[in-house]
Amino acid sequence: MSAAALLAGFVSGALGALGLGGGSVLILYLTLFAGMEQAQAQGINLVFFVPCALLAVILYARKGLIACPLWLPAALLGLAGALIGSWLSGVIGSELLQKLFGGLLLLFGIREIFHRRSSPPGGKRSS
Amino acid sequence: MKAAAKAADRRPGRKMKKSWACFGGFAAGVINGLLGAAGGLAVVPALRKAGASVRQSHATSVAVILPVSILSAVLYLHGGRFSFSDALPYLPGGVLGAAFGAWLLPKLPADLLRRIFGGFMLWAAIRLLKP
Repeated sequence: MSAAALLAGFVSGALGALGLGGGSVLILYLTLFAGMEQAQAQGINLVFFVPCALLAVILYARKGLIACPLWLPAALLGLAGALIGSWLSGVIGSELLQKLFGGLLLLFGIREIFHRRSSPPGGKRSS
Repeated sequence: MKAAAKAADRRPGRKMKKSWACFGGFAAGVINGLLGAAGGLAVVPALRKAGASVRQSHATSVAVILPVSILSAVLYLHGGRFSFSDALPYLPGGVLGAAFGAWLLPKLPADLLRRIFGGFMLWAAIRLLKP
């Protein structure tokens, strides 16, 4: 285990626990620096994420940060979606879906970065 | 300050709209299975639409992606695209990082978290859109 693997794991785990899509960091590392193929990197990232997420979820649950009424339906439909997504990734070229998702992320990302502050300006909290 | 943040996380007055959660979960599942990552980018905005606070949305998104990732990982393993031990070198760093991230989330201002999230969305978008 190299220091680079430790660092890539740490950054990816931290961003993953924050719900910021840490997986893309590890996949990028695996494909660019470890010379792996995309499919292999995706699989490794999925296995990698499970213990990281488990730890984070336990910590969040103790703080009451998990919205349980929303979690159950989202997770159940997520499982159905994963079946379809995995099947799609093996069957068709996923290029169109990737571009669609990319376009959607572009719009959402711009909106999130330039959103108005939800807290009133001049409040106690300085930026 | 801490009490105010806690109150914002609970938001008892707002009704949770489960249809948004369903849609977000499904989209996250498809993306997770297809790309092996980035499902959270779909489920976080949906959870916010459903009425969860910013911090709640991020924390809950991890809980949504967890079972989805387990299923996707099993399907990927079954397809023989990689072996389980390939992931081991990255786990020690990952678990440390996850503990750090989970410690950090309740401390980050919600506005900052939204802007950082937006930055990651743009980064992912550029990676997906570039030819």
